[in-house]
Amino acid sequence: MMTRDAQGTHPPRTAHRWGVREPVRSLVIVVAAAFSGGSLLWTLVTGFVDPRTALAFGVLIAVGELARITLPGHREVAPVASAGAIGYSFLLSIGGHAVHHSSWQVLAVVTMGFALGELPHIAAGRTPDWGDLARRVMIIVVITLPFRPYVSELAPTPQKIDWWLVLVIMAGLVLAGWLTDAVIAAAIRAEPLRGRFAVALRDELHAHFGLGMAIGSSGILIALASSVTGLAGLLVFTAPLLVTQVAFRRFAEIRLTYLQTVRALSRVTEVGGYVATGHSRRVSRLAKTIGTELGMRESELLELEYAALMHDIGQLSLRDPIANGATVYALPREQRRIAELGSAVIRETGVLDTVAELVRRQCEPCTGDGESDPPPLGSRIIKVANAIDDLVSDSTDSERVQSALERLRMDAGTEYDPEVVEAAARVIARSSERR
Amino acid sequence: MYVGLVVLGAIAVMALGPYEGIDPATLVLLIILMVVAETIGTTIDTGRAGISPSVSVSLAAIVLVGPVGVAVATFFSTPFILRRQNFVKRLFNGGQYALAGYAAGHVYLALGGELGPPQHDDFPWALVPFCAALLVHSAINGALMGGLMWYLGVVHLRRPHRIRWRTLATLELASLGYGMLGLFIAAIWGVVGALAILLVMLPLFIARWAFDQCVAEQRAHEATLATLCQAVETKDYYTRGHCMRVAKASAMIAQELGMHAERVQTIRYAGMLHDVGKLGVPTKVLQKPGKLTEEEYAAIQLHPMRGYEIVREIGFLDEALAGIMHHHERMDGRGYPMGLAGHDIPEFARIISVADAFDCMTSTRSYRKARSIEEAIDELRRGAGPQFDPTMVDALIAAVDEQGWESPDIVEPPTDDDTAEVASQDHDDPSVPLRVAGEAE
Repeated sequence: MMTRDAQGTHPPRTAHRWGVREPVRSLVIVVAAAFSGGSLLWTLVTGFVDPRTALAFGVLIAVGELARITLPGHREVAPVASAGAIGYSFLLSIGGHAVHHSSWQVLAVVTMGFALGELPHIAAGRTPDWGDLARRVMIIVVITLPFRPYVSELAPTPQKIDWWLVLVIMAGLVLAGWLTDAVIAAAIRAEPLRGRFAVALRDELHAHFGLGMAIGSSGILIALASSVTGLAGLLVFTAPLLVTQVAFRRFAEIRLTYLQTVRALSRVTEVGGYVATGHSRRVSRLAKTIGTELGMRESELLELEYAALMHDIGQLSLRDPIANGATVYALPREQRRIAELGSAVIRETGVLDTVAELVRRQCEPCTGDGESDPPPLGSRIIKVANAIDDLVSDSTDSERVQSALERLRMDAGTEYDPEVVEAAARVIARSSERR
Repeated sequence: MYVGLVVLGAIAVMALGPYEGIDPATLVLLIILMVVAETIGTTIDTGRAGISPSVSVSLAAIVLVGPVGVAVATFFSTPFILRRQNFVKRLFNGGQYALAGYAAGHVYLALGGELGPPQHDDFPWALVPFCAALLVHSAINGALMGGLMWYLGVVHLRRPHRIRWRTLATLELASLGYGMLGLFIAAIWGVVGALAILLVMLPLFIARWAFDQCVAEQRAHEATLATLCQAVETKDYYTRGHCMRVAKASAMIAQELGMHAERVQTIRYAGMLHDVGKLGVPTKVLQKPGKLTEEEYAAIQLHPMRGYEIVREIGFLDEALAGIMHHHERMDGRGYPMGLAGHDIPEFARIISVADAFDCMTSTRSYRKARSIEEAIDELRRGAGPQFDPTMVDALIAAVDEQGWESPDIVEPPTDDDTAEVASQDHDDPSVPLRVAGEAE
C-alpha cells in the first residue's frame, strides 16, 4: 500500500490514456469486467447454491483483498484472496456433503469479495491498479471454467476416490492459470515499449514464482481440507499463507527503504558541493530509462539504478571539488581515479559487488582500453547518461539537448557506445514529445 | 547432567510404552516429515530462539500414533536434522520434544481424543482434547527449555525487559498456531495421506525463503548505510569510525532507558547519520586551526539542518530525523540550530548529543590525546543540566559500567596521505568549545 510510489519513474496513468496508449491493458480490464458482470447477473437471476459456503468464502476473499500488498516493481497482489478464490473453485465437498455451485457462481462470489475488499481502499483514496485487479479475476476465470463443470465426476463417493488424479488436475490448472497470468502481465508491462515482451515475461515469472506457488498450494489445501474439517479448515489453512504474505510484505518494505537510503545518501555529493544539484538523481533516472529501452532485466535495472545514484561517490575523497562537479570535463586520469575511489567505497559494503564493478568501469571507453574487455552495458549506460546530464544539466532546452547528443555521436564508437547513445536519443525524444 | 535426565526420561518413556496399534509406515513417514520440518525451521530474533513447523508435525503425530509414537518419532528424527548443531544440543532437543509429546499425548487420550485420522463427524468436538494437548505440549516444552536455561545460568532473575516478553509472546503465539495446524494435518492425512503435509509445508517453506530474503536485504541495507556514513567522514583522519561509535553509544543509552527494540534500531541509524550534514560545511572551516569568524561559525551551525535535508526522504527514520536535526541543542537553550531548551528537545536528540560528546572526548584528536573514560564521564556530569539531559548522562554511565566501552585505537597521525586531513578543533568537543572571534574568552 505504502509502496505504491515505490520505484520512481512509472508513467502516471490517467483515464483518458487507457484507450489510446495501452490497448492490451484496457482489453484485459474490459474482458475481466465482462466476466465479472456477466457471472454476477447470471447468479443473481438463478440464485445462489449453498449460500453459507458462498458467504464464508466471500468473506475470506474480501478480507484477503483488503489486506492486499504491493511487491517490488508495482505488483499488486492479494495472496489470501487469490488462495480463497482458488479454494472455492476447487471445492468438492464440505464436511462430507458434496457442493454443486457452478463456475459462474464462483466468479460472482469472487467479484463480490473483491468489490467489498476494495471498497475501504477506494474510500481511503487508494485506488487499486485496475490492471492487476483484472488479472486477479482472470486467473480465477482460467482455473474455474474448465474445472467446475466436471465436479460431479470428480466428487467423492467415499469408496472410490482417486485423490491423486484430482490433485494432478488441480496442480495443472493452477499452473495454467499462473502462466496465463504471467503472459498477460508481461504483455501489459511490455506495452509501452515494443519488443520487450520476452524480457518482461521472464521478469514476471521470476517475480511471481515463490508467492504463486504458495497461493496455489494453499488454494488446493483449502479445498481438500474443507471436505473433512468443514469451514473451520478455511481459517486454519490460511494461516501459513498469511505468514508468507507478511514475509513478502516486509521484503517489499525493506527494499523500498534501501532504495530511499541510497537515493538520500547519493545527495551527499550535492550538498558537499561536488556535483550539481539533482545530478545523481537525473543520471539514475535517465540511465534506468535507457536500460529499459535496451531490454535489461529488472534485477539488472535495480543494480544500474544503485550504480548510477552512487557513480560520483568517489569525489568525496577528493580534496577539492572539480569544476562544477562535471566529470565529463575532467581529465581521463582524474575520472578514472574518481571511479576507482567510488568503487572502493561501494565494495566496502560487502554486498554490492556488481554495483561497485559498474561504478569502477563507468569511464572506460566503450571498446575497452586495450587490455581488458569492453565494460559492462551498465557502465556504458552510466557513461552516456552522466555525459548528457553534465552537458545539459536540468535545462529542457531542446537545442541544448540536441547539441549534447551530437557531441556524443561524434565520439560514438570510440568513447561512447553508439547503441546506447541512440537509445538515449530515442528516450529523450519520447519524453519531450510527451511534454 | 540436566540434559542427561531429560534424555533418560525420554528413553524410559519409550521403553515402557505399549507399542500395539502403531502403524510403522505412518511412523516412518512422520519421522521423515519431522526432519524436513525441523530443517526448514524459521529462526526468529537473530537466531537465538527459533520456532519450526515441527510443532505441527508432532501434534499431528499425537493424533495419529498416540503418546508413545510421538516420543519415538520426535526422538529418532533429531539425529538426521540438517542443521549445524552439536551433539548434546540435539540429544536434549530430542528428549525435550519426546517428553512434551508424550505428556500431551496422554492428556489428549485422557480427555477422550481418539487415535487415527479424525473423520468429518468428529468436528468440532475433536478440538477440545486437542487444544488441551496443545497447551500441555507448549507448557512442558517451555518448562524444559527454561530449566535448561536456568541450569546453564543464561537466565538470571533480573528485572524483566519489555522486549523479551514481546518476543516470547510472539514465539508462543506462533507455536500455538503451528500446533493448531497439526490437527488439520492429521485430518487431511486421512484423505490424501502424507502428501497433505507437503502442501502445508510449501507455503511455510516459501515464507521461510522470503524471510531469509528479508534478512539478507536488511543486512545489505545496514552495510550500505554504514559504509556510506564512513565514506562521508573519510575526509578527517581523526573522526574515522565516529559515526559507528556514536550509533553504538546511542543504542546503549536507549536500551538502558528500556526503549522498544525498534526504537533502539532507529536511534542507531540516527546516531550513524547524525553528522552527514558536515559535508555541507567547507572542509577548510571544519579544520581551521585558529579562531572562527562569525560566518564560519554560522556555517558549522548549519550542519544539523544540512543533515536533515539529506536524510529526510528516508521513510523509516521519522523520529530519527528530529534527533539528527537537534543533536546540538543544549538543555539551557543556547544550542543550535533552533535554540530549543529542556524537554522541548526531542528525546533522540538528547540521547545523540550525550553519545556524540562522549565519543568525541574518548577519542584522540590532533590537538589533544584521548581522555580516559572516567575523565569523559566527569566532564559529562559537569555538563549534565546546562548542556546535557541528566537522565541520558546517567543512562550512559550505567550502560558503560555494565557493558564497558572500547575507546578507539590511538591513531597514528597520518604521514603524507593527501586524502586525509587533520583538524585542530572539533565542533563536538564539549571540553574544548569552538573559539569564535569576538567572543569573550
